This record gives sequence, structure tokens and C-alpha cells, in this order.
Amino acid sequence: MATKTNKAIKISQKHLLGIQDLSINDVNLILDEAKTFIKLNQSKNKRLNILSGKTQINLFFEPSTRTQSSFELAGKRLGADVMSMNMANSAVKKGETLIDTAMTLNAMHPDIIVIRHQDSGACNLLSQKVNCAVLNAGDGSREHPTQALLDALTIINRKKKIEGLRVAICGDITHSRVARSNIYLLNMLGAEVNIIAPSNLMPKEIEKFGVNKFTDMKKGLKDCDIVMMLRLQNERMTSSFLSSNREYYEYYGLTPDKLSHAKEDALIMHPGPMNRGIEIDTKLADDINRSVIKEQVELGVAVRMACLKIFCE
Amino acid sequence: MKKQYFINANIIDPHNSINENGGLIIGEDGLIEAIGKKVNTNNIPSREKIIDLKNKHIFPGLVDMRVFAGEPGYEYKENFRTLSNAALAGGVTSVVTMPNTDPIIDNVSIVDFLKRRGRDKSKINVFPSAALTKNIEGTSMTEFGLLQGRGIIGFTDGIKTIQNTRLMLRIMNSAKDLGTLIMQHAEDYDLSKNGMINSGIIATKLGLSGIPAVAERIIIERDLTLLENIKCRYHISLISAAKSVDIIKERKDKVKFTTGVSINNLSLNENDIGDFRTFLKLSPPLRTEEDRMALVQGLKDETIDVIVSDHKPEDEEQKRLTFAQAATGASGIETLLPLSLELYHNGSVKLETIIKALTSNPAKILKINKGNLSVGNEADFCIVDIDKPWIVKKDKLISKSKNTSIEDKKLQGKVINTFVKGEELFKL
Repeated sequence: MATKTNKAIKISQKHLLGIQDLSINDVNLILDEAKTFIKLNQSKNKRLNILSGKTQINLFFEPSTRTQSSFELAGKRLGADVMSMNMANSAVKKGETLIDTAMTLNAMHPDIIVIRHQDSGACNLLSQKVNCAVLNAGDGSREHPTQALLDALTIINRKKKIEGLRVAICGDITHSRVARSNIYLLNMLGAEVNIIAPSNLMPKEIEKFGVNKFTDMKKGLKDCDIVMMLRLQNERMTSSFLSSNREYYEYYGLTPDKLSHAKEDALIMHPGPMNRGIEIDTKLADDINRSVIKEQVELGVAVRMACLKIFCE
Repeated sequence: MKKQYFINANIIDPHNSINENGGLIIGEDGLIEAIGKKVNTNNIPSREKIIDLKNKHIFPGLVDMRVFAGEPGYEYKENFRTLSNAALAGGVTSVVTMPNTDPIIDNVSIVDFLKRRGRDKSKINVFPSAALTKNIEGTSMTEFGLLQGRGIIGFTDGIKTIQNTRLMLRIMNSAKDLGTLIMQHAEDYDLSKNGMINSGIIATKLGLSGIPAVAERIIIERDLTLLENIKCRYHISLISAAKSVDIIKERKDKVKFTTGVSINNLSLNENDIGDFRTFLKLSPPLRTEEDRMALVQGLKDETIDVIVSDHKPEDEEQKRLTFAQAATGASGIETLLPLSLELYHNGSVKLETIIKALTSNPAKILKINKGNLSVGNEADFCIVDIDKPWIVKKDKLISKSKNTSIEDKKLQGKVINTFVKGEELFKL
């Protein structure tokens, strides 16, 4: 768990490609740094000059609302020159490969590139070809490290700790990079992780990640402190994974009844965007006593500021 | 050509059950005149030039049943000239080329072109296969009879699988009537859809869709079931999973068929993919170490008949992409024998069994008089120092494409000379 005693340690990685590559000290370093930005983001003057003169390029090959705006805002608040490229209109459409795009951008001497790509491992490939730091804003179904870090920060903010908590991650695990990054991070920080999904959305050999597997949501939610719901990624589903959204909601949608199996003070999280009425009851999503979904978004900016600052150095 | 005398070599010729120290005499016509322990200094005229092959092996020229040549259409990846140079460096003197070219080898006129190009540009024996279905679309079968008449050795959709069971049944019926060899790439597409690597922990970690082993098994079981009633010449091109070995073993008593395996699946496993090494994106995919060990065992007990290189040259541009976008396949004809020898050096499989799977077994399946050192046959053979250590470096490879699956691997055993029809065409 995050403590302030390890502050002097430098980050071990040049790039932020995944939680898998980080040590516990790296995580603490990022979370501690992020905490310092929470207050700033709530104050009137939100501008710092820490990254003044630095260039940040956001390369988003996949549509994104919150992650892209979060990274953009984070960079701007730290004083960086931020360029967000809409890859839908780029040379990629004309057949340029990722490596050529990378070489082109590299020639412009950016200090940091934030990449979101539909293919797993795209950020790894990019990082081999550019001189600057690469931050992964989501690659295929592999990792989404800043999401896991902001989730961890949200949990710590509310529960003061992660160690010893029982966290349920529920929904489309197969297609979820958020689930993978969260499993790595929560395991690292000492939480017990329950994975809940129908077999068709449960990745192969996930139990080898050191998690408990459940196909029965009520059993999986038992005594959980945190309930993390995932979005059904219909755009990644190529054939019938589920019979219907209606049935999915019946068995895996988060409802007050199912939530009652978790601890009384269990928090609800969701990385967004939400499919209301499919994976989560709309009232629960907005329940200010249980849902910390908005807080996740808020702390997301702080976490990304921390990552930009640390990896730019 | 002058008469050539070799003595004192360790000769392994599984077809003739030769595994002894002896000599080889090649006549002026490039045919084998004599072979074995009876060929020694005592019965060679002393004025002749004799080459002493002490500590060297002589194997029949390898017969590689699964090779992708770039011609026609992908000459920038590999042409017949570069392919034969690469093959010769690996002791391979006969290849079966896959029909997955542009255009696809699926009609008589293109076969004539191919035969001509193969003859003019290639130094090795090229046996072209043709597509099972037109344009490898898996819908209507090609003219097996006419194509065979023009010299097609066997039929396969190469990288593709016949999904439609009724079509497969009809293909088998025609193959039975015409004595045609069918080679199936076993993969159920509904199960392997979007899959890139073995389905399992590595796929889950890397966030890549998996190809389950059962996708291979279902096609094998389907085809072998059809084969019970339709006795045609049927060969499973490649297997990758332990379960496939079990099924083949179990069915071998009931029906007659043969099985191949890629040297990649015998030597590597899914862990080698590491951090998205696209050079190891293969079809069938590399599977677990248990699967690999089962394949090695299958080779050892001769459940598996043939080792192939599955040589699939791809230019670097096609591999310098994300794993999802990268081309499938590895270049491997030059390293087929040295990599196979690893199984001998580490004590897994007898040398003779390995050589059999690389020479006489494929020749027997193809019904060609190759892969042996019988007296009177064309002298296609290689001289090998099976202990010579070396390191694979892609820049040193002769193939036009450098997409080796074993870059920087330390190997033991190198081909010193390769002969085709008695002529030395490769010398280290």
C-alpha cells in the first residue's frame, strides 16, 4: 500500500506499458505523486509549470472520451504543449504502419507519447521505436495501467488502504484490459480479487493470475468491499458470447439485490462508459452513497498528471 | 562429371536400412554406383581422388513437404533461385511447394508456368502441390485428375482448411478414385476465429485471442471419421497439440493416413513468444511445453511421420507490425536439419528416426523416388558435421526473407556440402 516513506526512489521503467512491469515502489511513487494533485485539481488555479516546454502527443487510434480528455487536461495543467492526434484522419488511413507513424512523430522530438490502440502490444512496439517515454492509454485487451492506478487511488481515498480488501471484478473479463491491469495491481497491493463472469467472457487460465473465479455473481460478491463493474464490449465480440442483454442483466447486472451480498459499505466502481440497464442498474450507478464512478474520473486526472510528470523526468 | 569417391562417413539411409560407417561412389552420370561399408580404400583404385569424411555424416537429401515459394506473385519474399540456395544450405534437395501464391495454383495453365520456372530457376527438385479448392475458397474442388497429369504431387489449400464437411467428403471420394494425395491444414475456423496464439495463460496475459487446441482436433477427428469409409491418401499437414497426438495414435490402427509436424512446434513453445515476437506468430500456433513434449514423443514412437520446415518467407515489413496485423509464418528451410538435430543431441529422439522423418517417410507419402541412397538413383545427398556449433543470425541466412523463428539460437550441426544429381551445389 501507498506510503510516503519511499519517496526518494526513482521509477524503474522508461515507459508505462503495463502494471506488469511496475514494482511496488513504482506504484507507490505514482500514487503518492497523484495525491498531491488532487487538491490542485479542486482549487481555482489549476495550472502548474512543471512540464513547461515539454511536448506531449496523444495518439488515439480508438475512440475515447474520458481517457483522452483526462490525459489532455493532465498535460495542460502541468504546462506541457499537448497535441492530440485524431488518428481516424491521419496517414494511417492511407496505409501508414504504426512504426512509420512512430518514426514521423519521433522526428518532431516529443517528450512523451500517450497511445491508445485496438491491438494488444501496440504500445510495446511503439516504445521500441521512439526515443521518448510512451504511456499506454489502453492496448487491445492487454493493459490499461492508468485506469488501474486511478482505481487504486479511488479505493485508497475511500477505504484508506487496499491490503486485505476483497475486490470483485465483474463482467466482460475476456475483452477487458481494465480487468487485467486491475488484477495485477490489486494483487500487488495485497487485495483479494474475485473475478465474476459467465464462462463465455472468462479468459483462459485466469485463475493462474492468483484470483478466485466465479460464474455465480452472488457468490462472487460475498463480503466484498469493492464491486468493480466492467462494460460489455460489444464492439470486440465477434460471435455470440451471450444470449441477450436482458439475460445478462438478470444474471450479471449489478442490482440492489445482488449488491446486498457484498459488504454493507461496499463501493461501486465502473471504468466507463456505462451501459445502464445492462451491466448496472441505473439508480445504483448514480447512488452517491455507494457509487464512486465520478470520483474515479476526477482522480483519473490526478493519476495521469503524476504519470506524465514522473515519466517525463 | 568426374567419378567421385567418399569414404569413412557415417551413412544413414533409412529407406535402405543403412546406418553404418562406409563410403559412397558417384558415377560420371551423377547416379549412385555403390554405397556402404563395402566402399573403402581397399576397393577404390589408388590413382583416384578419395575424399575422407571422417567424423562426418552422409544423409539422403532432405525432402521438405511444406514449403512456401514466392513464385508467382511474391517474388520479393522468395523466388525459386533464393529458395533453392537456402534449401541447399540446409541439405534439402526436394521440396513440395504450397499453392498459396498469387495467383493460386489451382488450374492447369498456371501449373505449366510453375513447372517451367521451377525447372529453369531451381537447383533442387521442386514438386508443386495445387489447391484443393478453386482460389482456396473452400467451395468447389479443383481438377485433381488433370492437374495430376501435369505433374502436381498432391493437393492442399495450404494455409487454409476445408471447413465444409460435405465438400471434404466429396474431395476424399474424388481423391480415392484418382489416387490423389490430400494434405489438410487442420483448423476449425469457428473455433480459431481472430485467434493468433495458443489459447491459454499467455494469450490471456498478452490480451490476444487464442486458437484452442480443440480447433485442430475437431478437423482431425472429422477427417479421420470420413476416412473410415473413404480410403484415400490423406495426410495431416501439421499438428501442434498433445491431444492430436493421442487421437492419431488411437486411430492409426483403424485407418491409414500420415501426419506431419513443423520443426517449430517440435522446438519452441508459447513462452518463446515473450513480448509479442511477431516472428513466432505461426499457424498452427506454438503451444505449451507439454504439447511440445508430446509431439517429440510422437516423433520418437513414429506416430508422427514427417518433420517439415513449414518455410514461409515473409519480408520484414509484414512482421514489423502489431501482433494482430503481422503476417503468420517463419522462414526455416535452412535450419530444418540443424534444429531437428537438437532433438538428437538432447537425447530425445534417435538420429535415424529424425532422418527418416526428413527423407524416406515424406518420399514414401509422396510416392517419389527421393530421400534415399539406393544404388542407381540420382545422387541427392548432404554431408553433415552433426556436432559443429553455430549461432543462427538472420543476416547470415540465404533465404530472401529473414523471418527466422530462432534468431540467436545456438545450434549444433551444420551441412557442409549438398549434392543434387551428383553435383556439388552447396559448400560451406
